[in-house]
Amino acid sequence: MMVFTCVPGPGRLQKKCLGKTYSDKNATARAGLCRAAVALLGLLLLLASQSLWAASQRLVLTGSSTVAPLALEMAKRYEQQHPGVRIDVQTGGSSRGILDARRGLADIGMVSRALQATEGDLTAYTIAMDGIGIIVHRSNSVAALTDQQIVAIYRGQIRNWREVGGADRPITVVNKAEGRSTLELFLQYFGLKNSQIRAQVIIGDNQQGIKTVAGNPGAIGYVSIGSAEYEEQRGTALRLLPMAGHSASVANVARGEFPLARQLNLVVVGQSSPLAQQFIAFAQSESVRDLISAQFFVAP
Amino acid sequence: MTLSAHNSSSHLNGGAARTDRNLARLLALLAGGCALLLVLILGFLLLEAWPLLGSGGWRAFIRDSGWYPLEGQFGIAPMVWASLAVTLGAIVLALPLGLASAVFVRFYAPPKLAAGYRLLLNLLAGIPSVVFGLWGLTQLVPLIASWQPPGASLLAAILVLALMILPTVALTSAAALAALPADLLAGAAALGISRKGQILRVAIPAARAGIVSGALLAAVRALGETMAVLMVAGNVVQNPSSLFAPVRALTANIALEMAYATDLHRAGLFASGLLLTLLVLLLAWLAARVVQRAPRGSVYE
Repeated sequence: MMVFTCVPGPGRLQKKCLGKTYSDKNATARAGLCRAAVALLGLLLLLASQSLWAASQRLVLTGSSTVAPLALEMAKRYEQQHPGVRIDVQTGGSSRGILDARRGLADIGMVSRALQATEGDLTAYTIAMDGIGIIVHRSNSVAALTDQQIVAIYRGQIRNWREVGGADRPITVVNKAEGRSTLELFLQYFGLKNSQIRAQVIIGDNQQGIKTVAGNPGAIGYVSIGSAEYEEQRGTALRLLPMAGHSASVANVARGEFPLARQLNLVVVGQSSPLAQQFIAFAQSESVRDLISAQFFVAP
Repeated sequence: MTLSAHNSSSHLNGGAARTDRNLARLLALLAGGCALLLVLILGFLLLEAWPLLGSGGWRAFIRDSGWYPLEGQFGIAPMVWASLAVTLGAIVLALPLGLASAVFVRFYAPPKLAAGYRLLLNLLAGIPSVVFGLWGLTQLVPLIASWQPPGASLLAAILVLALMILPTVALTSAAALAALPADLLAGAAALGISRKGQILRVAIPAARAGIVSGALLAAVRALGETMAVLMVAGNVVQNPSSLFAPVRALTANIALEMAYATDLHRAGLFASGLLLTLLVLLLAWLAARVVQRAPRGSVYE
């Protein structure tokens, strides 16, 4: 490393700075200027190294909009316990979580499903479980639907609630937009392809789904059980249907009895940084259980 | 330049000319920068959409009946029709209403009422689109659903958009009417033409370039509107066959899926963006032509 010091010269009017000798009548002033510049440069270097050090204490999480609120709460608690650490949580879907983790844009990806066979380069750490529940309007008299009936409704073969024992009312099928992990899990569970589904409404996030179903007595949709149960308790006009004899509740997801459930994962590629490892260990520890249940998810 | 001709001092004259030249250069540079930006955006859209377009995917836009990018189906055409249908519907509703309120404000309303009404229109223009969307989703869609399920439909999108572009139509029409020369109406009155005739036969035809370009401006806004349409249109990719059928606009397609798209799916969304930009350019060109072909005051000829 270069030494940035100013060495006073031997002569009375000789000043040295960075190996250059100033000996004219303005020597003092010019060498002073040089020294100031060197000091400024040193200060900048110091600041740069400081921010470099700070950057190594920074963690970026991107991915699933289902995992993000939970990860954000965990991140806040982790930051409180470890001053100097900064954790950024950004949403954009499970696909983005995987993409960003692979490209190195994020230290940790958030993925709201189990990893697929083509994703063997990633390691997943489950931090919580979430169930997907079928929801209908509160006024709907249908008590339960079989898997076959749900498939027939989503394929457009059953178009009226009368055909499954309900009122004479056309069915509004609410589906999720292409690329969402909720859709992937739904399709996988029922053995459907998205192009087979005859939907009347296609939605983006859970809240849009809940508002759509609550505003339409003939609607059927599927959203995260946690958010649906929360809205149901708050008096929103919707009802969760049981599946295969198990009522759709957070408690049943916790017991592992609810069939349509998914993992909420943190994923990393290969060797992750020590900080990422520490945060993942923290997210799987007992000290965040209250955060998981506060968000209507289930600890694994 | 006219100024410098009156100036006797050659030194000052040269200075002024130089300043003028420099200013012209600076302005040309800035204007060129804006134009370059547009070209860059178009180029970027083309580049991002290329993985799909280059492999002959544009044929799939018309050939495929559905939009299932993960299954390799890229039928964009229904969304182009849906975008156009939503825009057309909104204009058909908003133009008469907007023109009527402009005429009312300009010719009939007492000054205080006119000022209050203008304030109201400005307020309406300032409401963020997501608020319109939320209102549509929680109030309008259930209302339509109780009559013609599923509620989220072409009609809901048209109604919400018409409300959103109404202020644009009304304010630009009012401005076009207000810009008419006073002697035009005075002349009409002197000829003994009735009030109704003055407005319908003289004022509106004379201001039609301003009115039409305002309507096209509103159409551009309707075409580009995303959030409100996404929330109320139902977003099912299909040709708009009925007012009560759900449709997906090009903008909603991008907003719904962009965050979750990778590879060809992503390229397909950029292709949607490219098509949308081209539609907007087409409308802007039309608006420019309308203003050119019918100059203000053509009634004199």
